[in-house]
Amino acid sequence: MFSSQMILSVLPEILILALALFLLGVEPFLKTERRRNLGWLTAAGLVISVIASLCFSRPGEPVSTLGGMIRYDWLGFFFKMLFMCAAAATALLFMGHEQVGQRGEAYLLLLAATLGLNLMASAGDLVMLYLAIETASIPLYVLSGFMLSDRHSTEAGFKYLLFGALSSAVTLYGFSLILGITGTTDIYAIGSSLRSGELAPALGFVVLVLILVGLGFKAAFVPFHFWAPDVYHGAPTPVSGFLSTASKAAGFAVITRLFFVAFPDFAGGWTLVLAVISAITMTVGNLLALPQTNLKRLLAYSSISHAGYVLIGVLAIPREGTTWGFPELGAASVVFYLAAYIFTNLLAFGIVMAFTGATGLEDIRDLAGLSRRSPGLGLMMLAAFLSLAGMPPFAGFVAKVFVFAAGVQADYVWLVVVGIINSIVGVYYYLNVLKYVYLYRLPDEDEEKHPVRLPGSYALVLTTLTLVVILVGTVFAPWFAWSYAGAANLF
Amino acid sequence: MTFPFLSAIVFAPIAASLVMLLMPGGRKNLVRSIALGAAVLNLGLSLWVYITYLTRGLTGYQFVEQYEWLPVLGITLHFGVDGMSAPLVLLTGVVMFTGVLISWGEERHGVSTGIQDRPREFFAFLFILASGVFGVFCSLDLFMLFFFYEIAVFPMYLLIVIWGWIQTREYAAMKLTLYLFIGSVVSLVGGLAMYWVAYQNTGVLTFDMLQLEQAGFSQAFQDFWFLPVFLGFAVLGGIWPFHNWSPDGHVAAPTAVSMFHAGVLMKLGAFAALRVGIMLLPEGAKTWSLLIIGLATVNVVYGAFIAFVQTDFKYVIGFSSVSHMGLVAMGFATLSREGMLGAGVQMFSHGIMTALFFAVVGMVYDRAHTRHIPDLGGFVKIMPLAAVGFIIGGLVSMGMPGFSGFIAEFPIFMGVWKAQWLVAVISIVSIVVTAAYVMLVIRRVFFGQMPEKFEGHITPITALDKVAIVTLCLLMVGIGLFPRIMVPMVQTGVENILRLLGGS
Repeated sequence: MFSSQMILSVLPEILILALALFLLGVEPFLKTERRRNLGWLTAAGLVISVIASLCFSRPGEPVSTLGGMIRYDWLGFFFKMLFMCAAAATALLFMGHEQVGQRGEAYLLLLAATLGLNLMASAGDLVMLYLAIETASIPLYVLSGFMLSDRHSTEAGFKYLLFGALSSAVTLYGFSLILGITGTTDIYAIGSSLRSGELAPALGFVVLVLILVGLGFKAAFVPFHFWAPDVYHGAPTPVSGFLSTASKAAGFAVITRLFFVAFPDFAGGWTLVLAVISAITMTVGNLLALPQTNLKRLLAYSSISHAGYVLIGVLAIPREGTTWGFPELGAASVVFYLAAYIFTNLLAFGIVMAFTGATGLEDIRDLAGLSRRSPGLGLMMLAAFLSLAGMPPFAGFVAKVFVFAAGVQADYVWLVVVGIINSIVGVYYYLNVLKYVYLYRLPDEDEEKHPVRLPGSYALVLTTLTLVVILVGTVFAPWFAWSYAGAANLF
Repeated sequence: MTFPFLSAIVFAPIAASLVMLLMPGGRKNLVRSIALGAAVLNLGLSLWVYITYLTRGLTGYQFVEQYEWLPVLGITLHFGVDGMSAPLVLLTGVVMFTGVLISWGEERHGVSTGIQDRPREFFAFLFILASGVFGVFCSLDLFMLFFFYEIAVFPMYLLIVIWGWIQTREYAAMKLTLYLFIGSVVSLVGGLAMYWVAYQNTGVLTFDMLQLEQAGFSQAFQDFWFLPVFLGFAVLGGIWPFHNWSPDGHVAAPTAVSMFHAGVLMKLGAFAALRVGIMLLPEGAKTWSLLIIGLATVNVVYGAFIAFVQTDFKYVIGFSSVSHMGLVAMGFATLSREGMLGAGVQMFSHGIMTALFFAVVGMVYDRAHTRHIPDLGGFVKIMPLAAVGFIIGGLVSMGMPGFSGFIAEFPIFMGVWKAQWLVAVISIVSIVVTAAYVMLVIRRVFFGQMPEKFEGHITPITALDKVAIVTLCLLMVGIGLFPRIMVPMVQTGVENILRLLGGS
């Protein structure tokens, strides 16, 4: 049974694989110092793949293909496009990194990870899902520890590996319990067999918690967040950027699909667990971000807190038996938030990368005078951090409003209030960073003599991301339409 | 298809700020010229809107534009002005124009006035803020109102922290931003609650305020949400006990930003509190009316007394703003025709007056490098026009007949008398105190002997400064002598609100 639909459903992955093979073939023919250019190839290839997928493989009605392994729908498709864009941006950022950019393996590993993330977003079967998670994780372990001569980087790689291996083992255990209980690994069949069968609520609860460990690790929410600050800090900056955006979003893509398709509201308490996790994640992330002096650690904690905001949207996805005015808003707000967040955080990490690359420094204090040393970079920083803080006209504002609106609709007003208090804390530390950029000066007050220069690839990717962040924040209709299409596929 | 005046007004400043950011930073006069050009354009457009509204005797929402923005959620880009907001649009245009003039400054004889450090970024951020302000005054869509409201808040942080008074700027800027942000998100939750409840009631998902007015919110709902929504916005209007950010913010900000801040931004809070709080939740407003009047009384009286004891020139004006904005909140909270009419005119009158005050304070400070009132004196000899301007502003602030302040304050007190005569008696005290501190400041700063250390060091004000002062004074005297250029228009806006209040 072979049909063109099967090909189309995995067209983006096929293209990524082809691109990876092509790079593998080209790499040996390039001199070491010219291998940097593989970044252009990777980025261009990914952009072409995105365009090709948008042209030829847009999903219609949601269907399961390849024997139920892949779910071919808008939810997965939109995430795939986001991941590929994020990977393209990351590839360009790799180029400027001294120890990563010249090694061809870096680009291959990035593509392999993207392939895994794509499959995570569209997996329709637990086996496929597990394979996808591993495909995405293993290259990222390697990339985190890529700078062999750097103590922090090797530590990051090893730490990430240990935490990752442990949590994926726990998840696998959860999966095996499901197989034992329901006799199937098809996500869409699990839901119906759980509904009809008699499953002790306690057992269901245990299974969910086990799975939550693995996904919580990917999405880095409390209490599975411990690895994040150290890994983001130690890993090469573009890798941290990729980890905190695409990899995190993939975790949420799976949560959104798995929990609401495979686990209807049969074990009542778990939404409360998720709500508490959301509140704690926001609070812990933001409070720990306050005292940070290192930019990458600050962004790490801020990205933990953003996972909490997304969870508000996840909770606002209706279970069976609820009648709301606008049931799709919860899932749509999750997708929209992640899209806005991916671009914003990539921009933030990209700026840190650019700054560190030019100056070798990564403390918040070192940003003093940046707006005079490089007005353009200062403005981009303004866009990125205000978007993270949730200020218009940047993407973060609309995203937050949608998530909060969904939360209010779902009667999680208390959680929305916690979210709001947290975003105020967030405003404080994001503005504090901007204070260094705009107010403080270099000790000799002669910034003109110390300009921060951007390589071409950086200027391109950062400008594009800034424009996207503003575009998502102002003309939000098309983005919301896609998020909405993805959300509608859940029901 | 008529020319989209309001879109032009809202988006022209942000377009100008993008153009400025693309200019080379070293070309200061080029950047300033672009800023001035954009400000003149905006002033012209808002004047056109105002005069058209006035001379055609229009009522209700005019210059309406509506574009689909996110149909699924019922978000539209819906602009329109009525008798309440048209004067405020004009006010913003005027303050923007005079603010650019004041900030031009000069560097001569070692004296640097206006904004000399990075004027490109300064004007760019100021104009983004202006876009946000225009957007709030023109928006008829609740979502877009919040959108523009936040845009008006965050540039303030940068403007104060970068160009502000070096001693308090970091503290004041952060305090201001957090206060305003907290206020706005509290209101936002209320707005979202209205959105969903309106959907339950009517079956239509919409943020359109004209439709939300008809949503039929229950009494209990209105009673619960009125206070958070009203007070959340009124934080920006400087209502007691949430006024604390405002004098600090005014003092720390550079001159043009203080003008914008006290002149326009505080009206933004009062206006949003009116439009979202009172107009969408009228029954809740009736329930809490006395409480708001009480808070506003504290504003009016306490603000005036605190202003009286200040020795910092700028703090005097800062607290006088708190006092005068209390009158606005008080007028709205009476929910009566007279009170609202007075409050509407007061927003405009106070905006012009306080912009003038801060402009003059800035001119004095830039030259004397101190704002400590006992150290100043005799400035009338060097800057007579500024002194005359300040005195006219002072007369407005005392509510002297023949000036715009009288046209505004008299109806407010009439309305308050009808609502609660005791409050009126108490707040009348503030007029006496206001007269006292204004005259005291005028005598100490502008008259008397100039201290020796200033002799020969103080330069006269620039021609552009003079243009700004004359413009502002003309408006205050004009409205005072010819109330019909504003009062009938505000009256139409008030009728619209009274209709929602059910003619009570």
